[in-house]
Amino acid sequence: MGSRRQMPAHYARALWRNEGGDVRLYAVVAAGGFRRHATYRVATFAGVFTNTVFGFILAYTYIALWDERPHLGGYDMSQALTYVWLGQALLMTCAMMGGGFEDELMERIRTGDIAVDLYRPADLQLWWLAGDLGRAAFHLLGRGIVPMVLGALAFDLALPGSPWTWLAFLVSVALGVVVSFGVRFLVALSAFWLLDGAGAMQIAWLAGLFFSGMLLPLPLFPGVLGEVARALPWSSLLQVPADVFLGRYAGWDLLRAYAFQGGWAVALLLAGRMLQSVATRRVVVQGG
Amino acid sequence: MDDMDFIELDGVEKVFDVRRRTGFMRRERREVRAVDGISFRVPRGEMVGYIGPNGAGKSTTIKMLTGILTPSGGRLRVAGIDPSRQRTKLAHRIGVVFGQRTTLWWDLPLRDSYRLMHRMYRIPDSRYRENLDRCVELLDLGALLDVPVRQLSLGQRMRGDIAAALLHDPEVLYLDEPTIGLDVVSKAKVREFLRDLNAERSTTVLLTTHDLTDIEQLCKRVMVIDHGRLVYDGALAGLHEVGESERTLVVDLERELPPIELGSEPSVRVVKVEGPRQWLAFPAAVSAAPLVARIAADYPLVDLSVREPDIESVIAKMYVTDSRV
Repeated sequence: MGSRRQMPAHYARALWRNEGGDVRLYAVVAAGGFRRHATYRVATFAGVFTNTVFGFILAYTYIALWDERPHLGGYDMSQALTYVWLGQALLMTCAMMGGGFEDELMERIRTGDIAVDLYRPADLQLWWLAGDLGRAAFHLLGRGIVPMVLGALAFDLALPGSPWTWLAFLVSVALGVVVSFGVRFLVALSAFWLLDGAGAMQIAWLAGLFFSGMLLPLPLFPGVLGEVARALPWSSLLQVPADVFLGRYAGWDLLRAYAFQGGWAVALLLAGRMLQSVATRRVVVQGG
Repeated sequence: MDDMDFIELDGVEKVFDVRRRTGFMRRERREVRAVDGISFRVPRGEMVGYIGPNGAGKSTTIKMLTGILTPSGGRLRVAGIDPSRQRTKLAHRIGVVFGQRTTLWWDLPLRDSYRLMHRMYRIPDSRYRENLDRCVELLDLGALLDVPVRQLSLGQRMRGDIAAALLHDPEVLYLDEPTIGLDVVSKAKVREFLRDLNAERSTTVLLTTHDLTDIEQLCKRVMVIDHGRLVYDGALAGLHEVGESERTLVVDLERELPPIELGSEPSVRVVKVEGPRQWLAFPAAVSAAPLVARIAADYPLVDLSVREPDIESVIAKMYVTDSRV
């Protein structure tokens, strides 16, 4: 039984070979993730309404702030307002305050339903990642576009002129979703040990809200706090995609931004795999 | 592996470390032997009942048989595969239904979950369609395919789950409480389906249940587990002898009389008297005919019936006997 602890090489192989499944399986899972969220139309409508209201509140707050301190953090007024609406548009997509798969996964661990996921010939992490990517795609369309359009109608936003910038932005958002998944997967797995992981999840949500740049852009954070905040994984969720959108990265800087996001994504996914293997091997699956 | 040893367990154990707080900052470690040295063989195509009280170790055994729990000791093989080492490989050959859990996508129509199984088990298209059609017909799922799972009744969902477990032609099916919470009609439907499945496809079935009617109707062989040990493995009929079971003779007399006394039959005793009706218990192995003749000769008999032992009480007796050891 000791020989079963083959470490990272095994996980890397599993990741690349898609052990226990194939691309089509995870495509079906992702499509399922999309459609599951698309089922709840009223919730989506209510969410869009909330995003829009908060967009307006934050926009007027930022206007007051930037009137006092123009070019705060290197952003002009219309860039700052664009940042606000991007935040609303990506709030659910990058699950900055949760709202993704993590509640469900924790509940499955708590009740023991995780047993059903474990006997399947599929990889637990890839399974939930695929589902979360599907969810994120839905939230980008369902919860992102309308607030962004309303924001653009009401305020003078700095929208990119080049289609390449839009494309670069989407790549950055996709990386942000994977980083966000990586964090939430780790926190959700803590339920194997904590039995009730709600506390850990709330800490992660708060950290996400603050360190993603949702409340204030991270360049506004002073000194060491700012540097730490910008180096943490959460900046991949909003700060980096928003700066890509605003054209603050060009050429090698853009690649460096991607490398930052991609590095966190890989590190978090690998950490998730290790925790997953410890969890499923050592810990009792709850329930009879 | 040959077909006689399709499922093989040799002295399988599962020990859990349970940590418990016993005081401020103090913890006590305790070993719980959920499965304590179980050995059995199940040949291919057999339908076996696996029963026992709550916490006896049934689900732990099933979890080891699927590979999601690693045994702490002993040897375990399913279709020649070590489940915990080759969980994914084994998964393609087994089907699992946990009655209280679902493998179906809660928010989406039943059909979507089946499409997922199609991809997950890499079922060839023609085979998938054939199996799905068969399950839809026999489990009466036609009208339900486009209904979101959350809107299904428990019985409908269970039938949906059973179909999901069978689309990839598993050679073994583990059923953990497949009829729990179902109404009589749904139970009958599920049992009939399982019987046909076993007969036509010789799928090996390991059935865990609290409903002994399931066992009576489906399994010739039954294994009883208690405190992590196998306390009985054999024919269902044999359980009665082991459990020292008794049959009951219900006698209606013409009028109220003192309890019947049959001097020559010391093993018979009256267990209950209610007006002119009396209940007599006698060992299951003893023939009822001479008893009836004696009573008819000595008492004003109006009517009588013989009740077969209730298997539930037989097993309850076994548990009591076992825990006294």
